[in-house]
Amino acid sequence: MSKKMEKILIPLIAIALGILLGCVILLVSGQDVGALFNGLIKSATGFDLSKPQNGLNLRYPGEFLVSSMPIILTGLAIGFAYRCGMFNIGAEGQVIVGSLVSCMVAILVPMPGMMAAIVCLLAGGLAGALWAFIPGILKCQFNISEVVTGIMLNYTALYGANYFLKALPESTTTRTVNIPANASLSSDFLSELTNNSRLHWGFILVIICVIAYWFIIEKTSFGYSLRATGFNKEGARYAGIKVNKSTILSIMISGFFAGLAGAIILQGTFGYGRVMTAAENYGFDGISVALVGGCNAIGILLSGLLFGLLKVTQPLLQTSGIPKEIGDIISSSIVFFVAIQYAIQYILNKLEIKKGKAHAKKAGDVQ
Amino acid sequence: MEYAVEMLNITKEFPGIKANDNVTLQVEKGTIHALLGENGAGKSTLMSILFGLYQPTSGIIRINGNEVSINDPNDANRLGIGMVHQHFKLVDCFTVTENIILGKEPLTKYKTVDLKETSKKILELSRRYGLDVDPYSKIEDITVGMQQRVEILKMLYRNADILIFDEPTAVLTPHEIEELIDIMRNLKKEGKTIILITHKLKEIKEVADKCTVLRRGRYIGTVDVSQTSQKEMAEMMVGREVDFTVEKPDIQVGEKVLEVKDLWVKNSRGLDAVKGFSFSVAKGEIVGIAGIDGNGQTDLVYALTGLSKVEKGKILFKGQDITKLDVKGKVKCGIGHIPEDRHKHGLILDFKLKENMVVHEYDGEYSKNGILQFSKIDEYTDRLIKEFDVRSGQGKETITRSMSGGNQQKAIIAREIDRSPELLIVVQPTRGLDVGAIEYIHRRIVEERNKGKAILLVSFELDEILSLSDRIIVMYNGGITGAVKASETDEKQLGLMMAGEKIEGVSDHE
Amino acid sequence: MSILISMVPATLMVATPIIIAALGGLFSERSGIVNICIEGIMMVGGFAGATVCVLLESDPTFGPYAGWLGLLAGLVVGIIYSLLLAVSTINFKADHTIAGTAINMLAAGITIYLCQIIFGQQRTIAFSKGISKMKKIPLLSDIPIIGQAFTGIYPTIFIALILVLVTWFVVYKTRFGLRLRSCGENPHAAASMGINVYKTRYAAVMISGALAGLAGAIMVLTNGIQYTASSIHGVGFIAIAALIFGKWHPLGTLGAGLFFGFSSALGVYASMIPLLNLIPSEFFSCIPYILTIVALIIFSGKAVGPKASGQIYDAGKR
Repeated sequence: MSKKMEKILIPLIAIALGILLGCVILLVSGQDVGALFNGLIKSATGFDLSKPQNGLNLRYPGEFLVSSMPIILTGLAIGFAYRCGMFNIGAEGQVIVGSLVSCMVAILVPMPGMMAAIVCLLAGGLAGALWAFIPGILKCQFNISEVVTGIMLNYTALYGANYFLKALPESTTTRTVNIPANASLSSDFLSELTNNSRLHWGFILVIICVIAYWFIIEKTSFGYSLRATGFNKEGARYAGIKVNKSTILSIMISGFFAGLAGAIILQGTFGYGRVMTAAENYGFDGISVALVGGCNAIGILLSGLLFGLLKVTQPLLQTSGIPKEIGDIISSSIVFFVAIQYAIQYILNKLEIKKGKAHAKKAGDVQ
Repeated sequence: MEYAVEMLNITKEFPGIKANDNVTLQVEKGTIHALLGENGAGKSTLMSILFGLYQPTSGIIRINGNEVSINDPNDANRLGIGMVHQHFKLVDCFTVTENIILGKEPLTKYKTVDLKETSKKILELSRRYGLDVDPYSKIEDITVGMQQRVEILKMLYRNADILIFDEPTAVLTPHEIEELIDIMRNLKKEGKTIILITHKLKEIKEVADKCTVLRRGRYIGTVDVSQTSQKEMAEMMVGREVDFTVEKPDIQVGEKVLEVKDLWVKNSRGLDAVKGFSFSVAKGEIVGIAGIDGNGQTDLVYALTGLSKVEKGKILFKGQDITKLDVKGKVKCGIGHIPEDRHKHGLILDFKLKENMVVHEYDGEYSKNGILQFSKIDEYTDRLIKEFDVRSGQGKETITRSMSGGNQQKAIIAREIDRSPELLIVVQPTRGLDVGAIEYIHRRIVEERNKGKAILLVSFELDEILSLSDRIIVMYNGGITGAVKASETDEKQLGLMMAGEKIEGVSDHE
Repeated sequence: MSILISMVPATLMVATPIIIAALGGLFSERSGIVNICIEGIMMVGGFAGATVCVLLESDPTFGPYAGWLGLLAGLVVGIIYSLLLAVSTINFKADHTIAGTAINMLAAGITIYLCQIIFGQQRTIAFSKGISKMKKIPLLSDIPIIGQAFTGIYPTIFIALILVLVTWFVVYKTRFGLRLRSCGENPHAAASMGINVYKTRYAAVMISGALAGLAGAIMVLTNGIQYTASSIHGVGFIAIAALIFGKWHPLGTLGAGLFFGFSSALGVYASMIPLLNLIPSEFFSCIPYILTIVALIIFSGKAVGPKASGQIYDAGKR
């Protein structure tokens, strides 16, 4: 089997296994499996199989996109760093910081017109990039694992952000005031188009980011240097690449994507800052999205939509009597199956040999 | 005569390849038996089978006359088989004692590991065989030669009678090699049976009784070492007459291209590795740097190519000071580098071949406004593949990892030579390659010299240095112990210098 | 002074699960498996502990011991759940961090899912007692002034202290400990000495699961009244921090765990202490995380963690 085929097949098999596992769990615990699929279809298309007379309700696909947007961005964040050899588990914290700074700028700095929304987005992105700079520099200067630093910074961001959010003028203990209308990404037009969903202009930003990701990684010499660093640091040094610089830049760009995710959640989905007791796992969802998407742009877009769908379907499931956590179980087990792709590969190879299609494979390291 | 080890008609297949094809090895008790073959001839596989790391596809193993099946190293140990691996299997932060008893720990009456009594026992054992190892020191604090002795002690502690040495001299200084050979003779005297895996004919001649030769996984023959010349054994190993001498016409040496003055470089652990090194390389000559691995050669090359910082001293390239230039700067001014470790430095194995061909120029000639020019890259790669006969499954699109070692090295050589650098730094260019590839690469290097390029060759293989170089500089402990013309020296003199002896009357012929 | 004394029980209560979970991490990392899913295993353990406690409370025979049986349940379920990490990293060569992340996420989903199935709500039913505080500790509580510090503490702290000593003994004095450490430092060396790296690592991960599961159950049964999605709220990661801060050593881990427990208690009590009450309570919540980063910077350059930790072991590669 060609490497390329395998790259596409493995995530698909993992997805299938994840959904299968979800069904088995539902069955064993005496739940209605049909409702799961009905919910998924309804979320994706707005068409309710059990009530066909209602026709399409575009609010569902609207909300589906709303929930996919930030995790596509965090998926890009994780993927970008991963391609450069970094595991940016700190994306969670970068989302929180991005969201916080975008909120602070929106509330504290009055700006005219459209500018406000754009400046706030950039502020959120930059804040995420700066937060990501910390694990980047610690990795390069002291060789400290970015995973450990990232986790520590996630919680630091969570608690720290709460302090600042509560300190903003007129904040309550649970939320800030609404951000000014011109800093918001929400759109009456989009909302009306989708039967009052929260769909907002953030989707344009997401599309731009997906294209930028693809272009930078695959087409530019900068992307070449990042990929070289990710594959083989010493080899990159030999090629004259400044490895520390690429490492820090890559995790900062990663942080920028994560910060943007935070900003669009604030400016688009909610419109105010929320004091949180626990993280909302956008960063961790990004890990799932990136891994299942194979860390390439199109893959991340598609898997972002898949995970967004699972996420947005959850409340629907709850109303139809299925515990909504089945969505979490399915998505986390998909990641688990991708993580053990060695096993899937092994089985695929076995199947292939059985089919007798196997060509003599180059033997690995015989020595 | 009684056999300690008999491996009869052993075949071992890996997916797509026969690593051992009907190989037979019979080792008499109390002898030193060499196992000779090129890289990839199947020596390591055969020994891994004997040590229980692999199971043979077919064949019979007899130990002391009894047929056995060896399923893991534990079985091997029970049968009295021990192995000194080429890459030592030691836990750095453990003491010598802890390393030796690992897996077979004696307990005190409180069920704790008994380090005290065992350390004493190990000290005795070490004295008995003249090994002189301190059981209380940590592995990370002792020399490589000492670490090897710890490996030997591990086997003796387990009462092994059959000892396998896998390329034991690769990491040792000439002096340490002599000591090791004494130790091996000692062991033989005590009745141990030794299997010595090597490709160094000289050592076989010195210490072994019998020699079995493998080639491409097949059994070629077993000879009595005292009755066989080195040349005969070499021919058995390679399968044809070999002539390692390289045709090298005398040519006029031109002006100096590289001048290094009082160079000091620190290694990755922050210790001085190159200490006041001075030399030069001129157009049309190959200067060989000889020395045992670990005497600062790597750091010298890193400094010359910009991978390491220079602490003190100067590097001049055609009279210009390039000491402070980084990798890119040095590449630009005309230095080519065929690195020591092609997997670590030379290639990015997960890149396509074409991406690897432009590592120096990906952001120069082959990109425009920061965007890679793939059509140009494709064209260039196709040309190099053709000119240098680089073979790979899917041409320029091949993932480099899947290529053979020889072709990977050819790709690097193509890339570096095609840029036509005025100074070519070549480090260990033929490590792990078969004879065909070695001959090809040697020819290309000499061709470059004949074209008037300056070449700096760093190699741990004395033969390679002697056959290619015009001048030889011996590096020891970061400094120079001698500089001689290749035509005026021999292995013995170089060996002394490599061990740190400064030879009177030998001076830099410049 | 009196505030300090009254902070002791709170410190110990918070520190206990941190210490025990960190010891779990120690076993796993010493064997070479990075256990980033301590958090997840704690959730599962906490859920199991709360559930068993709730279900047995009214039982006439088991009722009085429901809390302790809950702890046992947490331990057992922790072992079972940790097998996911073992299988994926040891047999299927998964990246330890990625597998651990997936297992964490799965824990959050599966525990609440089961709550919904068993209790019909997104949390367990509240238990009435859990583990009770000790009213008095013989001798210690009788000491004047500071004796008060030992009044009203949970007996689980003694489990933690005993486990610290046992861990130290096992890791540094026994045959298993030597082998465990060799697997984490150089698994190929261990394998060449006939040690079964796979088995050793399985054992280590399962011990890790037992301790993390126990820690989760202790946390819920002492600290809370029921299991909810936010019962564990990052303590698993604080345990990892304590492990690093304590330099992968049982006694260091104990110290770090107590310190983090103290800083957490300080966050609660700060409002009663002059000067400290000016510092926002969020700051105290951040302390363990920030300090761990600082500690890592200070330790950097000196390799203190197991060398092969996180590396995928493949017997075929040499």
